[in-house]
Amino acid sequence: MEAPTPRTALFKDAEHLARVAGLFLLGIGGFWVAQRLLVPEGFGQYGHYRPGALADKRDQPLVFAGRAACEQCHTDIAETKAKGKHARPACEACHGALALHASDPTVKPTRPDGRTLCLRCHAALVGRPSPFPQIDAAEHAPEGACTACHAAHDPGLGGAP
Amino acid sequence: MGSTIPGVDGYMYPNEMELQWGLLIVLYPFITGLVAGAFILASLERVFKVEQVKPTYRLALLTALAFLLVAPLPLQLHLGHPERSFEMYLTPHLTSAMAMFGFVYLWYLMAVLLLEIWLEWRREIVLLAASTTGVRGFVYRLLTLGSRNISERALALDDRVGWLVTLIGIPSAFLLHGYVGFIFGSVKANPWWSTPLMPIVFLFSAIVSGVALVLLMYMAVCALKGVAADMRCTDTMGRYLLYAFVIDFSLEMLDLLHRVYEADESFKSLDFMVHTRLYGSHILVQIVAGTMVPIGLLALTQVLSLTERARRGLYVAATILTLVGIFAMRWNVVIGGQLFSKSFLGYTTYKMEFATREGLFTAALLLALPFLILWGLVRLLPPWTAPEWRTDRTTA
Amino acid sequence: MTVDRREFLSRTGKLLLLTGTAAAALEHVLAGRAAAAPGYAETEHWWGMIVDIDKCIGCGNCVRACKEENDVPREPYYFRTWVERYHVEHGDMEHPTVDSPNGGFDGFPERYASGDGSKSFFVPKLCNHCVESPCVQVCPVGATFRSRDGVVLVDKDYCLGCRYCVQACPYGCRYIDPRKHVVDKCDLCYHRITKGLTTACAEACPTGARQLVDLKDPKDPVHAFLRTRSIQVLKPQMATHAKVFYAGLDGSVR
Repeated sequence: MEAPTPRTALFKDAEHLARVAGLFLLGIGGFWVAQRLLVPEGFGQYGHYRPGALADKRDQPLVFAGRAACEQCHTDIAETKAKGKHARPACEACHGALALHASDPTVKPTRPDGRTLCLRCHAALVGRPSPFPQIDAAEHAPEGACTACHAAHDPGLGGAP
Repeated sequence: MGSTIPGVDGYMYPNEMELQWGLLIVLYPFITGLVAGAFILASLERVFKVEQVKPTYRLALLTALAFLLVAPLPLQLHLGHPERSFEMYLTPHLTSAMAMFGFVYLWYLMAVLLLEIWLEWRREIVLLAASTTGVRGFVYRLLTLGSRNISERALALDDRVGWLVTLIGIPSAFLLHGYVGFIFGSVKANPWWSTPLMPIVFLFSAIVSGVALVLLMYMAVCALKGVAADMRCTDTMGRYLLYAFVIDFSLEMLDLLHRVYEADESFKSLDFMVHTRLYGSHILVQIVAGTMVPIGLLALTQVLSLTERARRGLYVAATILTLVGIFAMRWNVVIGGQLFSKSFLGYTTYKMEFATREGLFTAALLLALPFLILWGLVRLLPPWTAPEWRTDRTTA
Repeated sequence: MTVDRREFLSRTGKLLLLTGTAAAALEHVLAGRAAAAPGYAETEHWWGMIVDIDKCIGCGNCVRACKEENDVPREPYYFRTWVERYHVEHGDMEHPTVDSPNGGFDGFPERYASGDGSKSFFVPKLCNHCVESPCVQVCPVGATFRSRDGVVLVDKDYCLGCRYCVQACPYGCRYIDPRKHVVDKCDLCYHRITKGLTTACAEACPTGARQLVDLKDPKDPVHAFLRTRSIQVLKPQMATHAKVFYAGLDGSVR
């Protein structure tokens, strides 16, 4: 039998390494295919993220309607409020989240209690900036609703109910 | 001023009171540290020709593999959505050190460790493929990858390629464990973690833990097999352990000194934490019992002339304390970094659970698992050929 | 619904590569969805928030509104936004006393007296929607990102729950939702602001201490605010380029 040339002998002795190299290439190829298949659509289009996430976020339902929605129907109250001291707080700051009511007016919101709610902001508390109107609840009309004297939408004394 | 929340003193941001990374995240760098350290020890012989540690070469490789196979488990158990972890392969965010985990891990497993082990054992694999029957024989035949060439030239080629793989493996091992140090060290929000020294400290403590583990295991396996441990080998490992320890300790002390001297805005808060909540694990376990005592014991073996028995005893004591100490170091970094508030006004406590996904029991199982795997590996790929330990690679 | 051959191969390929559960869970993630909203162009906006400490009364309306709008877990301690109360005695800026009982959700109980040489004030906090956000930097997969209109968002269907971003945030504004096991945080009520509404917290704030601002809008009050008041961001040394601007922020604030 013909003696193997040095080159063929080398290849024969390195054959197992060639198999390993082949396995590696197969693995890398498989990985590349998997990547092409599995990366979410559009990923990286605007940055390193899935653009579908933005749509997901935007689809989140509203819980607060926003004052513009309230003012669309309750124009008279909006007008009264805009002239008085409570112009700044939005409707839902006191009335709570009302997107359900805004989309279906037959859903009745609950009327806030005319004392607990008011004290949440207006009870004197160290740390509240001094220009902000605060009262000592034990001394300032300790019994009864605040709305007995202060109209909720125009609380300045002498204003319309 | 005390707070009314149990376990919390002072003020913590509301979202900070619960720890984010717990025991399993302590375990992960401990495990990869052992892998890197065991591999560096193996490379000492293969690349740097420290032939005294030759008897541990194969054992070190198998130990590294056993621990490497377990390494991803604590991470998977910790994730909120482990089924999504493959996303790190699909869309790795290149600015995140954590994103490189999947690739570095795969690279190290496939292109370094498995390849090196395969090349090292190939001769035995081919022989056993021919002589073994049943399932085991099938496994060996599979491992041959279809090639039965164990001629001298082929084996010499294996040796050269193996040398190259080990050479590449050293920076790969550095990366495998160093990146974890960078994960912590690059978080500017956390002053306990944020330091450029972190990857280096992690690496040297990894080398310390890996060498200690292999030294301990070598002596244990010798004892189990009723074979005398090669004292030249153990003494050399002890020496390298001491060197690595001195460097590691110096780095940690440098970090400490720097913090105390600069005393930046976080210092008072961190100092208080170390003296109270972290006192036991940091001062007592990590520094005193886990570093200074082992260094002392190892130094004794260098300066005194001791009997073999005495040295073996000292090595056992030193390595066990070392492993506990390095675990404590990981604990102090991970848990310690979350015990104080980023407002520097408060502290919380780590509520370790027992039988949950991230609990103590799970951690214990995860620590035991590599030894089980190693037992299996040793049976499949013996680090020695019967009847006695063979360190010579080319003779039957 | 017709499924052509290419689609079939693609689907089968994916299913073969993933386990059934992962495939099912990811089906809608993998599918493309229109990123653009009708009538809203991201590039025309650059969102932020202004907070006026001199107006905050610590009523906790914002905390309650946010939890309601965004379905934040009610049990402590998970907050997209919260209010802190600072108490500084004799000008000792280094050692303020801070509290935030349930994040300010139920307001603040009376605790301090006035006229004893101390000062107290309230500081609302939220995600600062940093331009150089360290949380975005560390996310390993791209589940948290800064949108083109400047809001840092979390993709809940993509998040692994690794918690790296929670560690990286210097402000403590992130948490893990215990029900979904993914990260959550203030997203500036993205679902509202892209429809021309304001954020829930700004809507509920009775004094206007918190206001959503659009820095790209020349008519937005933010420009006058930044020009006329002394402005700070939290932890400026972190160089995160935060977009929540505080007026009247004391040096004792952490």
